[in-house]
Amino acid sequence: MNDDKVMIRVEHLKKYYNDHTIHAIDDVSVEIDKGEVVCIIGPSGSGKSTLLRSLNLLEMPTAGHIFVDGVDITDPKIDINLHRQKMGMVFQHFNLFPNMTVLKNMTIAPEKVLKEAKQEVDARARALLERVNLADRADAYPDQLSGGQKQRIAIVRALMMQPEIMLFDEPTSALDPEMVGEVLDVMKDLAKEGMTMAVVTHEMGFAREVAERIVFMDAGKIVEIGSPEDIFENPKSERLQDFLAKVL
Amino acid sequence: MFEKWKADFTLNFIDNDRWMMLVRGLIATLEITAVALIIGVAIGIVVAAVRSTYDKNKDEMKRRGTMSYYVLWVLNLICRIYLTVIRGTPTVVQLLIAYFIIFASSTNSLGVAMFAFGLNSGAYVAEIIRGGIMSIDVGQFEAGSSLGFHYVQTMRYVVVPQVIKNVLPALFNEFIVLIKETSVAGYIGIEDLTKMGDLIRSRTFSAFMPLLAVAGIYLVLVMGLTALDDRLERRLRKNER
Repeated sequence: MNDDKVMIRVEHLKKYYNDHTIHAIDDVSVEIDKGEVVCIIGPSGSGKSTLLRSLNLLEMPTAGHIFVDGVDITDPKIDINLHRQKMGMVFQHFNLFPNMTVLKNMTIAPEKVLKEAKQEVDARARALLERVNLADRADAYPDQLSGGQKQRIAIVRALMMQPEIMLFDEPTSALDPEMVGEVLDVMKDLAKEGMTMAVVTHEMGFAREVAERIVFMDAGKIVEIGSPEDIFENPKSERLQDFLAKVL
Repeated sequence: MFEKWKADFTLNFIDNDRWMMLVRGLIATLEITAVALIIGVAIGIVVAAVRSTYDKNKDEMKRRGTMSYYVLWVLNLICRIYLTVIRGTPTVVQLLIAYFIIFASSTNSLGVAMFAFGLNSGAYVAEIIRGGIMSIDVGQFEAGSSLGFHYVQTMRYVVVPQVIKNVLPALFNEFIVLIKETSVAGYIGIEDLTKMGDLIRSRTFSAFMPLLAVAGIYLVLVMGLTALDDRLERRLRKNER
């Protein structure tokens, strides 16, 4: 079971709502390798966000298994908080803590969860802020930042936990168009450094450029999966062809 | 005109040092309110914690099949019964039941009043706090979880500080209601501010001055609370644009 190369293995995952009448995820199996960047695309309501959120159990699957580093995190006996520490998550709506400064947003989890020394954590946070060109906003509150700034902070906040994998749930969908680039640039850098990433996105340009593999979902199922060339140049299924015709 | 007012004032407040009655009444009112406030806030926090912890974690605990699920289920039920009964019956009736039935053997009417008003206020405080917790965006809980916080840490570092800021106006409103509601303490023989004003009236056969004095004192107390609320809110607003 414990394949060294595989970071996450999803097996026959199902998520049903409303007494099983709505199939948000309908028998999905997929693997993500270490260091791989996987983009999940598809029309809204296709279950791509639900799939991503299942990976750290923000959504509890109805059935199926999710192995992270060979450990089945759907096992009720697993301490999921321990696993979430290794999985950074970036949300569409940032979800920064408005009651804390930027610096505190970044340092609170390493300090309280990992029990790291404040000085060390502060230094790491400032170095990360430097990298995303926000060093001067360390003492600002989230309400004082632009959307693009907020999302960059959200990314480095997640990185502060030194995760093994980063999950992005439509990270640029709530941004004004002129701010999308600055967030995607940070994500590209991250990909170059070899971070394992799962990204739900509508940014086809980003998916084509950065992803090693692209997953196309529709109606709760994975319809096609392949390299950016496979997906964008040679879409096999009619649904993917339809989808690409609309978004490209 | 002025002479008549002066005579009225002297009769109601100066003669026999009657103003001291108002002072003693005020002290009783403040004592009841202060203790009831502490009891109410304590009960309110506990009840709100039980209710929202149950609401936010019941699915997860059920899935894990832990014993704590059943403990919390029972506690939640108790809290709901408490809220229904307290909010469903008049304060005066609760006060009378506490004095004549529950603590029938007690002669400490002040203590009974503190308990009864505290128990009563706790129900309203609980719902105010629970409402404050429920109003926090679910994304805040998810962000906390995704950083590896367990539920209590998310509450402590992320949710509660925001809740305090959000519920402050409603909480002070409840405190204002409480301080005025203690005016029914006379029902169980407590000589609080209202009762004392009424006593002066019955001795001097002059209603205007004592009752307006009582009303004025309550007004000043409430205005003081409002001013405190304003100051606290302004201080907590520092992280807004």
